Formats: sequence, structure tokens, C-alpha cells
Amino acid sequence: MATIKQLSLFLENKPGHLKAICGVLQEAEINIVTLSIADTEQFGILRMIIPDWEQARRVLEDKGFVVHANDVVAVEVDDKPGGMAQILNLLDQDQLNVEYAYAFTFRRRNSAVLIFRFNDTDEAVRTLTAAGRPLLAQADLLQALERE
Amino acid sequence: MMDEHWSDGDAPLHPASAPDFLPADQRRALQLHRLRSVVKRAYEHVDLFRARMKERGLEPDAVRTLDDLRHVPFTVKTDLRDTYPFGLFASPLSDIVRLHASSGTTGKPIVVAYTRRDMSVWTGVMARTFAACGVRAGDIVQNAYGYGLFTGGLGAHYGLEAIGATVIPISGGNSERQIMLMKDFGSTVICSTPSYFLHLIEQAAEMGVTLADLPLRAGIFGAEPWTEEMRQRIEANSGIRAYDIYGLSEIIGPGVASECSAQCGLHVFEDHFLPEIVDPETLEPLPDGETGELVLTTLSKEAMPMIRYRTRDITRLMPEPCACGRTIRRMVRVAARSDDMMIIRGVNVFPSQIEEALLRVEGTLPHYQIVLTREHDLDQMEVQVEVTPDVFSDQVKTMQNLRKKIEHTLASALGIRAKVSLVEPLSLQRSQGKAKRVLDKR
Repeated sequence: MATIKQLSLFLENKPGHLKAICGVLQEAEINIVTLSIADTEQFGILRMIIPDWEQARRVLEDKGFVVHANDVVAVEVDDKPGGMAQILNLLDQDQLNVEYAYAFTFRRRNSAVLIFRFNDTDEAVRTLTAAGRPLLAQADLLQALERE
Repeated sequence: MMDEHWSDGDAPLHPASAPDFLPADQRRALQLHRLRSVVKRAYEHVDLFRARMKERGLEPDAVRTLDDLRHVPFTVKTDLRDTYPFGLFASPLSDIVRLHASSGTTGKPIVVAYTRRDMSVWTGVMARTFAACGVRAGDIVQNAYGYGLFTGGLGAHYGLEAIGATVIPISGGNSERQIMLMKDFGSTVICSTPSYFLHLIEQAAEMGVTLADLPLRAGIFGAEPWTEEMRQRIEANSGIRAYDIYGLSEIIGPGVASECSAQCGLHVFEDHFLPEIVDPETLEPLPDGETGELVLTTLSKEAMPMIRYRTRDITRLMPEPCACGRTIRRMVRVAARSDDMMIIRGVNVFPSQIEEALLRVEGTLPHYQIVLTREHDLDQMEVQVEVTPDVFSDQVKTMQNLRKKIEHTLASALGIRAKVSLVEPLSLQRSQGKAKRVLDKR
């Protein structure tokens, strides 16, 4: 299935906690492609897209972090006004609810990649594929990044 | 294979266990005989006890039946502090072969003493403890109770040697080495506090060791209150059987009471330690089966007889016969100490209630801490719970729901609201000995 892996970590709302995670990744020379942080009054959830997510998970778990991996949908669109709106229109037509979303760009390809978390990932993949929208798989992500 | 040979059910009875099966009338006759002589000994040699007896106009021979004990004055923990260090000794120092002391978190420690005969009684009751839990010669026992002034380590050690088991006197702490030796030596039994063993389960997982694949088959856990839910969690996560034992330094150390193969209540070694249950408010004795504070009298202690010592532990005696055939009475596991009781906005709360509630919420491990504060003259209770891989999700609403579910479960179990905070895994301090669950900042 054309999805990519996202890693999530639990964050306490305390100074230095995000730094500790980045420090572990830095030491292992692991690059973060993009990230988002959900914050509540009490705690945060850090979500990251990392090409070699398995190695990242291993080094973080070795340091005692609880790491959750799950599938997210990555849609590549033109990096211009209306790129995201088109996709949201498609989702709206099929009444697919987005849990959360974030993005990053491929500079060379002048494109943006939208990361979506759906409650029903399979259904979302079917809808977007049927509409002819190319979805990135983990291998596509690796390939595109190598050319950046 | 170990099971075939050593399960408590099939194995021939260990000779150390003989007093556990004394017919009730013979046991009571022995108890009365010993009670009269220990009251006399304390009266003759311990100034504090004699003064209190005289205040009530009592002579030692006023105790003619076991029931007469109800007229005799109590001993409390502060009596040991007030007479520090040797004021309650009934033997000259020349007859005392061992001293132990409590860690003494507040002020002076409490000191306890043993004559040579006391040591042999202690060794005997610890041998009976291990025999009741199915430990035998041939077992390799990792003794992770602290050695030193604390009675746990050496108390267990002597009992294990008496029973002929192979003892590894590793003491508490250094968890990596604990797992390494457990694996390399093939330990079949471990002795520790239950909270420390929970920590060892995590340590083993971190080291890639599966405890269920090791020869370890039993844990002898004591020195702090724990719950039935925690037992189930330990047994499920490590593949061993977890036995509860009970004791306190003031009475002898470990060896006052122990579970048996039935794992349903702890047999009190009442030929040496006479149990009573009293109403903690009125201090009137309660009949068997009613819940109250456990009061113990040492029937054979020479160096430091304790007459009607108030343990502050809340339990009840179970007079009904046990499946294992032992005739000595059982007490229900101690899940609460009247000392541990927190009063929050006028409501009595025990840490064990919080632990039980947390274990009822799916996937929540028992790593928690209670923080008490006072805001605007009102008590606030915060329960910090570590997030585990089982419950962690990338979605905020899932995590919020978990927090609400814990808050709801706590509120219905305690009758008051507690604020629940989810904290990062491994962020709460792990104990090497007795767990410190409550941080009172009021």
C-alpha cells in the first residue's frame, strides 16, 4: 500500500525534552525530513517523518523512549496556491475526515508533500488513488530525497 | 522438570514445617505457656513495661488465659525511639549476638536485638516461610533483599541456608548484574520487594532477556504492601509464581507470616507471634474475620520481647482451614498501613487503592507517583502515571481519553477527584528497596 511511516513520541511539557530526542537522533546521524508537534495543556506528541524510521525507532527505544510507528498518507502536489485545496476537495467529496496534517517541500521538484493522518487510512488511499493522485511509498520518499 | 520435583503439592513435607500443622488445642496450650513466660520476662527486665503494668495494677500472673492478654498495655513504635538505643532489651548485652536497626527516615533509628536462641527462632520461621512457598534444597535463590542493618537480607539468608538452598547473597541494587547472574547462575527463586522485581522485569526487557525463558519459577516478595492486581501483573509478565511474605523488624524481621502453595492469605507463625486484631480507634480486640489493626506479641523472644505491639498494618484473620492443611491461622495480605493513610480533603486514601485502580485501566503499568499539594487551603492530589508502549498513540484524543479514563476510575475508587498527569516512560524514580509512592508537599 502506498503509505509512509511516521514515528510518534510522547513529550512532557517540560524544558529540554524535545532537545533530548533530537540529541539522540543527532548522535546517530539521523535526519528528520519534517515534523509536527501536537500540544495540549498537559503533554505533547511529537510526530516525525524519517526515511530510515526503523533505525530511528531502534536508537530512540534504546534510550528508553516510547516510540509509536504508524502509516500516514503522503500526497505530492505542485508547490503553488491551490495545491492543497484540490486534495481537500477530493476528501470532502468522499467525507473523509482528516485527523491532522503537516507538510514539507521537495525544492528541486518544486513540489510539496502533504502528510495526512486518517482514521481510516485504507479508505483514504483508495479514494485518492481512484482520483489519480500519486501517493508516495517509503521507497519513493527515499528516492526523491536522494535527488534533493 | 523443577515443577515435578519441587511443587509444594507433590513434594514430601519439609520437616521445618512441622509446627505449622500442630492441632489447634495443642497450639493454644503452647501459646499460653509461652505467653505467661514472656510477660513475666518483660515485667522483670523491661522498665517501661513494668511501669505500665503497675499503672494498671497488673502483676504478670494476671495473665491466666490467652484472652487475658486484652488487659495488658500496648507497645508502640515511639516506645522504641524513646528508649533508644537499648532501653527495651530484656537480656544483658553479653547475651546479645546481633543488632539490627531501621533506616530511620525520621530522627533516631529503631534498634532490635537477638540472643543466640532468638536467632535460631528467626532462622526457623524463615525456613518455614520458604518451605511454605515451595523452596527446597536444590533451589538457587537470588536474595535481593538488602543486606546490612535492614533485617530483610540476613533474615532470608539464614532461613535459606537452613533449608539447604543455594543462596546468592546479591543484596539489592545493580539491576544489570541481577539479570546477568539470574541468567548465568540459573536462579530458580528470587527474594526482593515486589516493586524492585517490577523494575527487574523492565531491566530484563531492556537487556533483551525474557524472564519466562529462564529457570526462575518463584518470587518471595515482602517488606512493603502490595496488591493482588500487582501479583497478577508480576506473574503474567515474568512467568513466575509470586508469594507474599510478612514481617517487621520490631517483631523479628521477615518470618512473621507467609503464604503457602494456595496463595490465599498468609499463615502467621503464631506459635512464636501471637496475633490479635483490634479496632484502631477503640483498641478493643475484634473477633477473627473482622478487619482492624494487627497487634503482635512475641511469645519466645528473649532479647527484646514485644508485648501487644501495634503494627499499624490493617488486615483480618482468616479462621477457616487452608487448602494446604496448615492449622495455623492466616491473615489477609496487608494492602494498607494506617501509617500510609493519606487524608485528602477529609477523605482517607491508601496508596494501594490508587494502585488497584490504575491496574484496572487496560495497559497502565504500576509506575506511578502521588503528589500532594495545597492550593488555596485545599488539598490537591496529583497522580503521575508513566506512559507505556501499550497505551501510547500518535493521536491527541486517544491520549486525552486515556487520561480521562484514569481520572474517572480513580474518582470512582477513591470518592474524590485526583488530577492525572501522563509522564514520560522511565521518568519516575525506581526504588532499589521499598517504593516511595507519595510525595507530600503540603
